[in-house]
Amino acid sequence: MSTGTGTSPGTDTDKATDAAESRAATATTAAYKTIARGLGTGAPVYALLIVLLVALAATDPGFYEPDRFLAFVKRAAPLVILAAGQYLVIVCGEFDLSVGAIVTAGVVATAEVYGTYPDAPWLLMTAGLLLAGAVAGLVNGLITTRLRVPSFITTLGMMLILEGAVFYWTGGSPQGQLPQDFRQVGRGTAMGWLPWAVLACLAAGVLVVLLMRSDFGRTLIATGDSQRAAHLAGVRVHRARVLAFVFSGVAAALAAVLVGGFSGVSAQAGRGYEFEAITAVVLGGVALGGGRGSVVAAMAGAFSLQALFTWLNLQGVSGALESTVQGVIVIAAVGIGAADFSRLRRRRARPPGAPPGSTPGIASGTPPATPSGTSPATPSGGTPS
Amino acid sequence: MHAKQATHTMLAMHGVSKSFLGVRVLHGVSLDLAAGEVHALVGENGAGKSTLMKVLAGEHVPDEGTITLDGRSHHFSHPAQAQAAGIGIIHQEFALLEHRTVAENVFLGREPTRYGLVDRRAMEARTTQLLTELGELDITPRTYVRDLSVARQQTVEIVKALASDVRVLVMDEPTAPLADHEAGLLHALVRRLAARGLGILYISHRLREVFELSQRVTVLKDGRHVTTVRTRDTSTDAIVRAMVGRELSAYYPPRARPEEVGETRLTVRGGGNTRLRGIDLTLRAGEVTGIAGLQGSGRTSLARALFGAAPFTTGTMTVGGPPLRPGTPRRAIRAGIALVTEDRKAEGLALRQSVRDNALLVTRAVPDRERPPAARELTALLERVRLHARGEDQEARYLSGGNQQKVVIAKWLAARPRVLLFDEPTRGVDVGAKAAIHTLVRDLAKEGLAVLIVSSELPELIGMSDRILVMAEGRIAGELPAGASEEDVMRLATASSDGPEPPPSTDPPSRSDPPPPSAQAPHEGTAPTAQEGAE
Repeated sequence: MSTGTGTSPGTDTDKATDAAESRAATATTAAYKTIARGLGTGAPVYALLIVLLVALAATDPGFYEPDRFLAFVKRAAPLVILAAGQYLVIVCGEFDLSVGAIVTAGVVATAEVYGTYPDAPWLLMTAGLLLAGAVAGLVNGLITTRLRVPSFITTLGMMLILEGAVFYWTGGSPQGQLPQDFRQVGRGTAMGWLPWAVLACLAAGVLVVLLMRSDFGRTLIATGDSQRAAHLAGVRVHRARVLAFVFSGVAAALAAVLVGGFSGVSAQAGRGYEFEAITAVVLGGVALGGGRGSVVAAMAGAFSLQALFTWLNLQGVSGALESTVQGVIVIAAVGIGAADFSRLRRRRARPPGAPPGSTPGIASGTPPATPSGTSPATPSGGTPS
Repeated sequence: MHAKQATHTMLAMHGVSKSFLGVRVLHGVSLDLAAGEVHALVGENGAGKSTLMKVLAGEHVPDEGTITLDGRSHHFSHPAQAQAAGIGIIHQEFALLEHRTVAENVFLGREPTRYGLVDRRAMEARTTQLLTELGELDITPRTYVRDLSVARQQTVEIVKALASDVRVLVMDEPTAPLADHEAGLLHALVRRLAARGLGILYISHRLREVFELSQRVTVLKDGRHVTTVRTRDTSTDAIVRAMVGRELSAYYPPRARPEEVGETRLTVRGGGNTRLRGIDLTLRAGEVTGIAGLQGSGRTSLARALFGAAPFTTGTMTVGGPPLRPGTPRRAIRAGIALVTEDRKAEGLALRQSVRDNALLVTRAVPDRERPPAARELTALLERVRLHARGEDQEARYLSGGNQQKVVIAKWLAARPRVLLFDEPTRGVDVGAKAAIHTLVRDLAKEGLAVLIVSSELPELIGMSDRILVMAEGRIAGELPAGASEEDVMRLATASSDGPEPPPSTDPPSRSDPPPPSAQAPHEGTAPTAQEGAE
């Protein structure tokens, strides 16, 4: 690295100057490539999302009126946030099935607390709810890592425990109300047109993207890829996993704030959200088992799922079929991914003399043809960098 | 052809060649076997013994060469075909289902049926018959395999092979996992099998049993056939010479001059754990210390103990000053120790992550303010290790073995270690990358790092090391100066206290060597969990 001309103090700026001077042209192509590769990580899901959005426009010309479109994003927001949290857990090789129950418990418990202290400040209640979500995630994480209970079981147990507790506490019909100021985040708008929920969703998205680009995010994904290698490289793999669960818990609590604000108190507030979140993440091409996939694609998966449900609704398909559709999607996404992967491996295994570095398709900007994103186009399984 | 037998040849392998990823591991090897013969196959680690046997067993398809059994030519492309032709193989690691009975294991996949149901009685009767024929009356068909000792499990493996009418039985270091008296019983069993007319190919590192059991010995070296001799016409010395006697073909950078060896960087006094005993070791700046030994002698265990992956439980250790016995890799990294592991794919790299993410993993996981930020120096670092990749975004799994190893080394260099441990630094690495790695290692020592190399490739170890410590049975059996001969090393490594040599494990060696015989207490299963701490 040259020491620059003296005008630029920082090395980063030097680097930029260097690049600009010596290889401006290549830098531009490199930038395009980076973007293409970043999107390539989950390319099929972006294609799917575009197709669905076009289909929505075709079915319902009024869909893209600002109000209605924002309302759509607002409805999708809790799922997008849950998908981001779920992504963190899945990418390090675990599952979190408890998020739906955390949403329900969060909504119901907040209402109960308001029943006792009707004048509690909404900011304090929201903060308390997020903290409770973090604690639930912490418990999930500690049980999974310290007691070595598979996370599938841990979080399934947590889900049942929370559901049972909610039922016991409320007797099936939750009492209490959520006051207007608390519900503002879920249903209100900023500046009269931009829903707070959209802002919350954006903020959560940006935070998770930054997190995945941080040292923690990179070590988290490496842990999901190879726990042994990560451990021997000094990664505190338990801590990384526990933190992933904590983030997922916080995401669930944030989703609870939105859901509670949007649709009020119900003992079914978060039902099914855990599977919708997992479906969204899988749809985004994130590999179950960890180590691969982008969080942006996972969130795009959530939008796609919401768009699909909306479209089916417009087509007059019964809402009762939602879970059926979801089941088909999950199986198809994972199945296609697995099939593609095994074919890829066989192809690479066939010419034993060929250097493995020459495998075609690496780092090409072309989107792979599978919705699971297990194609070699994935750069690092992470966010666009 | 060599060593034509007067007795009729039952099995003949001719001109077998095999390459993996462009690296040729077998060069036209030929071998023949007569009925009733025990034919020993010896060679250093990586000589190609196991590969040759896997070709025979249909697990690898040879690039060239023929296999003839009883006059019929065979082309095995699947283990089942070899099995059907009458070739049985007893691997170092057993292929038994622990939670099923002996009889169920023996007839796995070819259970006798009656009216469409498994005929348990016939299965058990036949198993009993086979066990009786072998004089193994202590095993009952209904015993669960998990309840049997290792030696008995091995017997079940043999019975399983016999149940499918084998003609040729391949045994890959069968006495490795066995205690002394069990090995004796196995030898007796092998003789009985040969007496029944089976041809037995017997791979072993233990020359004593080779001389006790076999009629002929074939020596392989670097994937080539060296010699086949009648056992009674040869001697241990001659075999050892044939195993190691090769010219130093590779170029190694010049060794450290005495004035280049600096301060002490790491000391161990009386270090021990379940696999190591009484380790005394000093690593100095600027010096490359080589660790030699057979598989299972504790070489890998030593490296892992120093790195805290399978820590010492006794003794004292200092790293550049105050006493410190790292209990986790993270502690060792903080103390300036780095370990390039033997199993690159499982332990060295996150294969689906980019070159960049892999190279920066340690610095990200163990941040250190005193260290310059590695991300900025990454390009220079990758140039330094002479990485050939498409770019920093390329996924590690698409790199060749040599380039993968360079990424691993870059990952550690980014953390600025003071002590660098290498376990098999050039395994699975092509010749060009090998030379680059050798030069790099020497340069690093010149810059003041203390380097330790574990290698089963003796020429490499001798060529690189400023001194060589030879390990046997979990202890350091002796120290040799730079330029010691391979025979010297092998003599120290094989000269065991009267008992059998330390139990070697798998070939290629597993990441954790088995414990020395004394520590081979009944249930060792709990011992290595420390290194799995992350699990």
